[in-house]
Amino acid sequence: MGAEVRGQAPRIQRYHAYADRIRPKPAVIHNVWWAFVVGGMIALLGQGITWGFQQAGLTGNRAATPTSIVLVGLGALFTGLGWYDRIVELGGMGGTLPITGFANAMVAPAMEYRAEGLIMGVGAKLFTLAGPVLVYGMATAFVMGAIRYGLGIG
Amino acid sequence: MMFVWAFLVGGLMCALAQLVMDALKLTPAKTVVLFVVLGAVAGGLGVYGKLVEAAGAGATVPLPGFGYVLVKGIDQAVQEKGVWGLFTGGFTAAAGGVKAALLFGLAAALAFRPKA
Amino acid sequence: MIAEQIGEASYRTAEAYIAETAACVGRKEGEGPLGQYFDVVWRDEGEAFSSFEKAEQALLAQTQDTALAKASRAWSDVDLVIGGDLMDQLIATDFEGRRHQRPLVGLFSACASFTEALAVGASTVGRKGPRTVLVAASSHHLTAERQFRFPLELGYQRTPTASWTATAAGAVLLVAEPTPVVVDAVTFGRVVDWGSKDANDMASAMAPAAVDTIQRHLDALGEAVEAYDAIVTGDLGVFGMKLAAHLAHTEYHFDLGTNLEDCGHLLYDIERQDVHNGGSGAGCAASVFSGYLYRHLRTGRWRRILLAATGALFSPTSSQQGESIPAIAHAVSFSRHGDSP
Repeated sequence: MGAEVRGQAPRIQRYHAYADRIRPKPAVIHNVWWAFVVGGMIALLGQGITWGFQQAGLTGNRAATPTSIVLVGLGALFTGLGWYDRIVELGGMGGTLPITGFANAMVAPAMEYRAEGLIMGVGAKLFTLAGPVLVYGMATAFVMGAIRYGLGIG
Repeated sequence: MMFVWAFLVGGLMCALAQLVMDALKLTPAKTVVLFVVLGAVAGGLGVYGKLVEAAGAGATVPLPGFGYVLVKGIDQAVQEKGVWGLFTGGFTAAAGGVKAALLFGLAAALAFRPKA
Repeated sequence: MIAEQIGEASYRTAEAYIAETAACVGRKEGEGPLGQYFDVVWRDEGEAFSSFEKAEQALLAQTQDTALAKASRAWSDVDLVIGGDLMDQLIATDFEGRRHQRPLVGLFSACASFTEALAVGASTVGRKGPRTVLVAASSHHLTAERQFRFPLELGYQRTPTASWTATAAGAVLLVAEPTPVVVDAVTFGRVVDWGSKDANDMASAMAPAAVDTIQRHLDALGEAVEAYDAIVTGDLGVFGMKLAAHLAHTEYHFDLGTNLEDCGHLLYDIERQDVHNGGSGAGCAASVFSGYLYRHLRTGRWRRILLAATGALFSPTSSQQGESIPAIAHAVSFSRHGDSP
């Protein structure tokens, strides 16, 4: 609360209580349902691509990386065409959480900042949103890996 | 059957992320980072691997699968190189997806302009 | 010019007449309910320009040129330009100054920049002072999005309280010689921060500032709400209007009643155009006043109105550092003389 606002505390509390009561809420059930549908569809697509690679002779785990690459390519393409933001507008986390959303988070800022040049524009901005994912993913994995190594289960 | 599980598990993971984001008023970026961290933790505990066996792409396509892949890569590297594998493993395992995102991202950024 | 101080930060003004106004907007704004009132509606957001920052500069330039052309004045007649926009370091207002080469006062109070500029303009224009003052403000949806929120193609869901930054600019030419519409009083706002932190809910942060300034303006003039045909806030949107009306009624003991309108609410068809809480941006109040409100003031539907645009004074830095959102509102009242349209 703004420290400068003297003698207004009760009035401010009453105001926020009223605002909280009438503030339009996100349609959580609607959002969660569409996150489920959209996220499920993208996972299903991924499963289909994996199946395709397996049919082509890549067994078991070896189909996983090519599947990721194809999905990332699709995410980047849809972002470039201006479609991916609409998928997320409907699906929320259903569009953001899959690896296609990771591609979207890299491509969107890079496209946006092209006017700022290839180095500090595109090059630097590719990682504005993807950077935190890599940093904290790596850090957590390092800690978990170290624990497993220490316990001798790595 | 794998297709059904992929849809259900992938969908449920995204639905859970949406619920957490809306309920705790998190930003999308924080939610994604949280779920990647959770994926890495679940991978380290050995839980996530079972989910991948059951649901395939349903568990690997959402980004918690990325956290899991990092841990799995470290495990493999540690087996081959000992303690130094802790440093090389994560990047090796993630190389395909990250490098693809980097290259396709660069290509898309050069090929397209943002639209209103 | 200022005729008399009538309150802590309220002044009666004299010799501050509106010669002409102009408003130019983007496509979405043109498709809204006020579309017919704007001088120029762009086909898109200015995609032909090499950057959207340049597009906003061009929109502002076109609006200023149009206002001067409608008033049959040249740039050389303009003694002073006053204005603001939302971009860091005012790169629409200031860069536009490279072209017109007239003395320039650039100012910032976010979405309240237009009434701030009008209040400063009305306080200075006069027979002895700068005789011709061009006041303008602009905003562009895409330049504001990239600065305050996210890259354009990044998928995210807007929350129901989020506002839509307007691609719009408005300009008002103030002159010292009498015309039918006069600026008769101004109140400069003070910074009001009641602790709201959600950058996607500027209405909650701004409503207290709007009510504070409106009350001080009415008190200084010794007027009731009924003295105005309309009291128009800027950019509070659907939710913010409810908050302002409630706050005025319960804590400040005056009823805004049916006279209350809001520029962010007027500019769009809230449901059909999917703008959630409504419009915002320095160009929102500027274009709604210059296009719509002035027209009705000039042609007789209204005789007297009060415009109190509000601004949320946060930056991306302050927001990321967890600071609350300070807000400000500047009020300007307008009257029409005689019965002539």
